[in-house]
This record gives sequence, structure tokens and C-alpha cells, in this order.
Amino acid sequence: MSGLMTVYKKEVRENLRDRRSLFNSVLLGPILFPILFIGLAYFAGNKQQERAEKILEVPVVGAQHAANLVSFLEQQGVMIQPAPEDPEASVRAQEVQVIIRIPEQFPSQWKSGKPAVVELIADPSRRESDIPMQRIRGLLNAYGAQIGQLRLQLRGVSPNLRSAIMVKDVDLSTPQSRGMLVMIMLPYVLMITAFTGGMHLAIDSTAGEKERKSLEPLLINPVPRWQIMLGKMSATATYAFASLSLTLLAFRFAFPLLPTGALGVDLNLGIKAISGILLAVAPVVVLAAAMLTTLASLAKSLREAQSYMGLVFMIPMIPSLIFMVNPMKPETWMMAIPMFSQNLLIGEYVRGESVSLLWLAMSMGSTLLLGFGVAAIAATLFSRPRIVFSN
Amino acid sequence: MIKVKNLHKSFGKIKAVRGISFEVHDGEITGLLGPNGAGKTTTLRMLYSLLPPDEGEIRIDGLDPAKDAMSIKRTLGVVPDSRGLYTRMSARENIVYYGELHGMSCKDINTRVEELVGTLDMTDFIDRRTEGFSQGQRVKVAIARAMVHKPQTVMLDEPSNGLDVMSTRALRRYILGLKNAGHSVILSTHIMQEVAALCDRIIIIADGQIAADGSAQDLLQKSGCNTLEDAFVHLIGSEEGLLA
Repeated sequence: MSGLMTVYKKEVRENLRDRRSLFNSVLLGPILFPILFIGLAYFAGNKQQERAEKILEVPVVGAQHAANLVSFLEQQGVMIQPAPEDPEASVRAQEVQVIIRIPEQFPSQWKSGKPAVVELIADPSRRESDIPMQRIRGLLNAYGAQIGQLRLQLRGVSPNLRSAIMVKDVDLSTPQSRGMLVMIMLPYVLMITAFTGGMHLAIDSTAGEKERKSLEPLLINPVPRWQIMLGKMSATATYAFASLSLTLLAFRFAFPLLPTGALGVDLNLGIKAISGILLAVAPVVVLAAAMLTTLASLAKSLREAQSYMGLVFMIPMIPSLIFMVNPMKPETWMMAIPMFSQNLLIGEYVRGESVSLLWLAMSMGSTLLLGFGVAAIAATLFSRPRIVFSN
Repeated sequence: MIKVKNLHKSFGKIKAVRGISFEVHDGEITGLLGPNGAGKTTTLRMLYSLLPPDEGEIRIDGLDPAKDAMSIKRTLGVVPDSRGLYTRMSARENIVYYGELHGMSCKDINTRVEELVGTLDMTDFIDRRTEGFSQGQRVKVAIARAMVHKPQTVMLDEPSNGLDVMSTRALRRYILGLKNAGHSVILSTHIMQEVAALCDRIIIIADGQIAADGSAQDLLQKSGCNTLEDAFVHLIGSEEGLLA
């Protein structure tokens, strides 16, 4: 086994001197992702706040038909704007987000006690008009409710009679479980890091060594090929694990910087959650190293190996995307699925839940098993004479 | 001491080596000579057990590469054509790495490296990274790396490629030194002067077969030519590949 250790130490040390390798494992995951996170969160939070607090400027068509309604809106701080000539066209052209139209028959409907129609012209498929629409709708409903109440009272009826049911929300979500953005993105980012962290080393130490013609003399040394391959694989896994740990640490320090108030999120990565996540994801690092080394050994050149890596990226993405689109309740059987179970487990840890040992063991066991399987394939490949020759 | 009997190797339909037999003795320098694509490199690769032969027998100091690959690799020192140094490591680190792969102790490696630095005159660049080394410096590091475990059999593929006169002379002196120390040396080369200056025996390979085998004198007599170059062309039967 001393051959394995020698190869391992050399790969780790040599790649520390390679700027590209360091960039991939140190800079990309641990620095870029948290910054991206904070940036996104601030952006989303600010936008939401801005739209909720901004003074509403709403054009009203036919304001003369409902002078009281319009002055109610003005009292509530809405700036009433003159109506454009073609309201539909100006909404479509995105000149304004929301327009209120009070039809001609409003006064007659109002007087006869029928529901008076007020039109809200907007394009709900444009997400930026969501908030102004909600605000206007809220104001209009409030006005309607207020007048309705007065009418009932005038006729000697208790307004409570028309509220047959009152819905009351009982919110059971903990502050942690509300951190949706982080909850969905974090597993994804961590799984990607498990792959990217060692990617450069995997390519450099196999396809790169082949291209630089140093593989042939290396294989003339009295070290069994499977040891050489495992040494390279272990170095890849070490880089990926280091990258993963750094990324988690970076997130730990980044989370307090997130604008929690704006998102209603309060998450923190305690030492317990971090060590839990590291434990759960460590087998993915092994699997990733095995996959990367196998693929890169098949390639004849660096360039070819790099083109395979796009495919490799898809592997951790698929389970994460499934989870993103369709968040599911974790069940025991799901823990047997490599790379999917980690998504669920990371979610549990970040939410501050305690994870059962059975789940952790199943997830780690199934992933390691697959990892060793792929490593065995890589070892077989490496024993083929053809692996040496780049042309 | 190497004995090769009736060696065959094909890659798909291409028959790279077709029935090669020869012997290499200790204390002798044997030159493998042949045009490009003649099968020299394939033969060498089978000798250092990187490729299994399809047919035939190889014995290096009595060991069979098919069965005792690890033992044979311990007695071999190979300087490949492409050198294949690690450019992000210093010359010393390159050599130490191979020493470690041979399972040598730290102390032994260090003593040996100092020895090699002396014989190969590497003091100036031993602790520099090999990125940007001259051809001469690279050959020296590659030789030191191959010799770190004191192998009995030494194989050099085009060792003087790209070297200037001074480096070439130093290299030749070194190879002759190996011979005098009782190593068996195999040299694969294109360069006639080198063959004439160094080799005790010359094996000419053409088209996957042995075209001639003997001392320089033998070859001149057999072909009836005055120079080795003419003899070479005469023996392989064409001028093909000589200029490449």
C-alpha cells in the first residue's frame, strides 16, 4: 500500500501548486457560491420590500363615476394618475402595471344596491405586477367591505351575520423551515461542490498525465496499477472533501449576513448541522471521485476529458432538480437512493431536525457501495494496456 | 541479461512485431536500430511489461514479465523518448518520487540523489522546477529518475534527441560508464554516430522483424558497405523512414 500513499501524497502536493486546481476547489465553491447566495437573497428581499413600500401610482379610467372610491384610494396614499387613452394597450406595453377602470354603469349599480363592477386591468403573468395588484385589490376589497358593513348597519342587521365562517391561520412553520431559497439551493450547491472540488485533479492526474506523457514512465514503476489509480482517486476525494468543508464553513459565516427579515428566514448552520452534513455528503465525494477518475481515464486528452465533465455535472443535478421541482417528504426507502438521499438529509439538517441513524446509515451505505462499484470499474480500466497511449 | 524469443504483437489488423528474437548481455550496450514504425517502441514496451506479447517469450534475468511484472520492474530503469517529467515539481522531487515508488527509504533516496547529482552534474538546477528546462537538463533528470533504484537493466529511448554536442558527449560518457559497471544497456536510436560510438551489438529492426544482428563490424561485412549508414539502408532494404 506504500505505492498508493506515495501517489496520493504526490498528487495532493503537486496540485496545490496548480493555480487552476486551487481555483476550482478553493475559490469556486467556497467563495463564489456564498456570495451568489447573499447577493440573490439581498436582491430578492430588496425588490420585494421596494415594491411593497413604494407609493402606488395608478391610472383610473372613469374616475368621475365613483368620486368617493377615488378619494378613499387617495386617503390610503395612492397617487391617482390620469387615464391613458388605451388602458389595455398601455398595460400590454408595460407602461403601467395596473389600471383601475370604473365603468359607466357604476353609479346606477351602486345606487340600486347591486355589486358595482370595478375592473382591475393587469397582466398577472408579469411577476413584477403581483405586488401592486395585491395592494390595489386589498384596498378595493377594504372599501367594499366598509360600505357593505355600513349598509347592513343602516338596515339594522349585524355585519357579523354575513361572516358565516372565519378562517384563522395557525402557522406551525419554524423560522428555519421558512428559509426556502436556502433550503432548496443549499443541497444542490453542496452536491455540485462534491463533484467540482476534485474535478480538476481527477483530469490532471489521469488524462493530463497521459497527455504530458508521464503516465508511461510512471507505470513502469513496481507499483500495481490499482494502487496508482486508488492513490489518484483518493487525492481527488481529498480535494473534493476539502472544498466541501470550506464551502460549508463559508456558508456558516455567510448565513448571518443574509437579510433574514426580508425573507422571513432564520437559518443557521451550527457545528452539529455542519458535521452532520459533512458526514452525509462524504460518501458522495467518494462516488464523485470514482466517477471522475473513471471518465477521465477513458479520455485520451485533457480536452476530451473536459468535454466529459459537462456530463458529470448532470449527475448531481438531476436528483437536486427533482427535489427542487417536487419537494417531498423524506421516507425511509428514499435513503437508499444515492445522491437523492443526501438532498433530503441536508434539508433535514438545515431545518434543525435530528436525523435518525438508520437514515444516515442507509444513505451512506448505498452511496459508498455504488462508489466502490465504480472504483472497481476504474481499477479494471486502468489495468488495460490501452489506458497508457494517447494516440 | 535479456532473452527474447519469437515475439509477436498486433494492434487490430496491424502487425507491429512479427517474430523477433534476440539476446542482450550484461556489460554490453545493445542498440535497437530501425526506421519509424518498425516496432522498436512496441518491443521495448513489451520488455518493460507495459504491453503483453500476443506470442513469444521474454526473460529478463530469468524472470517472465507476464508472471513477475513487479520483480522485473524493480530491476529496470527506463528513460522514455518523451521524458515525461512533472513540470510543477523540482528535479529533486521528480527523482525522489520515483525512489519512493520503488519503496526506497528516505535516507537511501537522499544519498542516491546526491550521488546522481554528482555524476550527472545537476547541482545548478536540482532544486528548480522542471518547467522550462532545456532538453539536456530534462534528459539528465529523466536518467537520474530511471537510475534512482540502481537497476541492472537500463533502457534508453532516443536519449540524445535534441541535445547539443557537449551534452551528447557527457551522455555517452555516462552510458559507457553504465556498461563498465556491468549493467546491460539497451539503446533505441536513429543516430548512426551514436550507434558507432557506443554499441557493442546492433539489432536492426524493420517492419516488425529483425533485419540484422551483430557488431558494427559484422554489419559492414554482411552488407559489403563502407559506412554504417549505407549498411543500415542496405539491410532494411529501403531509405524509407530514415529522414523522419
